[in-house]
Amino acid sequence: MNCYDVAVVGAGPAGLEAACTAAHYGARVCLIDRQHQIGGQLIKQTHKFFGSREQKAGTRGIHIAQKMAEEAACLPNIDIRLDTTALGFYPDRVLTLDQSGRYCKIKCTALTVCTGAQEKMLMFTNNDLPGVYGAGAVQTLMNVDGVRPGRRVLMVGAGNIGLIVSYQLLQAGVSVAAVVEASPRIGGYAVHASKIRRLGIPILTSHSIKQAYGRERVTGACVWRLDAHWRGISGTEEHIECDTICLAAGLSPLTELLWQAGCKMRYVPELGGHVPLTDLSLETSVGGVFVAGDASGIEEASAAMLTGRIAGLGVARYLGICADYGERFDECSMQIEELRRGPAAQKIIAGIRKLRGETT
Amino acid sequence: MRIDEHPILCFEKRKTVKFVFEDLEMYGYEDEPISAALHAAGIDVLSRSPKHNRARGFFCAIGNCSSCLMEVDGVPNVRVCTERLREGMVVRRQSGRGVIAEPEDRGGHVL
Amino acid sequence: MSLESTGVPSAGQLSAVHPPEHMRKQRAYAVFECFERIPCDPCYWCCPQGAVRAFADINDLPSVDYTKCTGCGICVAHCPGLAVFVVDESHSSSHGLLKLPHEFRPLPVPGELVDLLDREGTRRGKGRVVRVVGKARGDTPVVWVEVESHLLASVRAIRVGGRTP
Repeated sequence: MNCYDVAVVGAGPAGLEAACTAAHYGARVCLIDRQHQIGGQLIKQTHKFFGSREQKAGTRGIHIAQKMAEEAACLPNIDIRLDTTALGFYPDRVLTLDQSGRYCKIKCTALTVCTGAQEKMLMFTNNDLPGVYGAGAVQTLMNVDGVRPGRRVLMVGAGNIGLIVSYQLLQAGVSVAAVVEASPRIGGYAVHASKIRRLGIPILTSHSIKQAYGRERVTGACVWRLDAHWRGISGTEEHIECDTICLAAGLSPLTELLWQAGCKMRYVPELGGHVPLTDLSLETSVGGVFVAGDASGIEEASAAMLTGRIAGLGVARYLGICADYGERFDECSMQIEELRRGPAAQKIIAGIRKLRGETT
Repeated sequence: MRIDEHPILCFEKRKTVKFVFEDLEMYGYEDEPISAALHAAGIDVLSRSPKHNRARGFFCAIGNCSSCLMEVDGVPNVRVCTERLREGMVVRRQSGRGVIAEPEDRGGHVL
Repeated sequence: MSLESTGVPSAGQLSAVHPPEHMRKQRAYAVFECFERIPCDPCYWCCPQGAVRAFADINDLPSVDYTKCTGCGICVAHCPGLAVFVVDESHSSSHGLLKLPHEFRPLPVPGELVDLLDREGTRRGKGRVVRVVGKARGDTPVVWVEVESHLLASVRAIRVGGRTP
């Protein structure tokens, strides 16, 4: 069995930072991803990132993914295994894998789970029709596979993902009928909303999808206005011409491996759902098991990179190879605090405080 | 459905391969997800649901949701959103839960 | 109806990000339609004239020194939110010049007539393209378009070839 100091599950921005940070301290790292290429969600992000220069602001997500992948590939003590799904982590420090259809096992002193998140499903009549896709799926199809998801899309959700994917649909030559948002406010950044409004996409706040039409594929949708209690108001139904319905109504952390490994979990709605209990170094209740990125709480790419770095430092300290932990940790803390100073991050801060038991 | 010109992305020329879908000859790019090749060819319905026989397509396109299960080269329950297209693949819709062959018939397929 | 529920800034918000009245006819100026505190500061780093003041906190809104801004448009191409536009009221007696980000294909060519869209996506007329800067794939192209003077404050996007978008 191959032995490593740390296995990092998930090679998106969090996993890449976690792997490279631990590797810089000399750890032998196994970086695992079930996809065919490195980069997680970054490989579909054609827009320019916000943040600071340090966080690669102004660079398109796709190029950040390339740079990070190159850095990881250059480090000789990182063993990268793609098309590999982590199946389970056991008390004897064995991690079982499905590597391109072959079952195998590795041993690792520490584990870092960076498995990201998945789209929340919405309940409406005919939500199972072909043509109802998650926003991530639409992005993958357009930006990785080069295929249009349909001709005319109804976007459900006006968070950053819904707004950004609407813009990307236009760039791919697909029209967007409207964005509906259940809340009275647009959840995403104002600049993303402004960008699609001036291109003619209406944003209907306090609206949601009532049902999809179609038998073998979506042929249209019905949306309606919501009252102050989030219930649809009869008589406000509006038909939307579309052949694709894109769900961007929130993400939930992907935490199966953490549950299976026996980590203590807590339900924190502000962080997207169930997340593991962690200390400041992002170590879970199971010694040597760390978490970073969206799996630790839904945030965004810059935060994923920083939490990945923090977890990487935590792993290096756990392995006894991190001489300057305090200094490096403070640096990362400061950056993540700066990132979280804006109003958009208040929900996340509230969630983290709840998780740490500082509030209920 | 294929995107030819994009303001930011450059879709490199890839090798075209022939595959069979429900006895129809089709073409796609080598190594792309089977679901992308089918979608580009206008195929939305990938299977029918177990109980009510409803049309079903993909949903997450990243291997999480299992909405896209199809039979590929005789093997059922293959997630076609992560399975890569190869020359000569035979892809079929399955109705509901696939039937997994007995070990002797599986021809060395471990997982 | 506010920016938070429509994605369209109010007149009050817009006037706060324009240079003083007496400076507007002198030369081109950049308008930063950025109204929300988010962590972001590439505008500060990219301005060759140093017209964007240093950020005390990365979440601050940009603050522009209009004595230094030449309206070159480099900020238009660098803003990750595509929220910066250059307005040149001094272009001619009847028309001004707008420099807008346009990340779509096909790109217009100089001389081409394009549809002009306002902040709500309503078509307000046509304008002639003067120049397109930054055409390599991956760049944010900046389209210089002639716009009737009375539309300069409203037009913020173009549509090429009468298509959507």
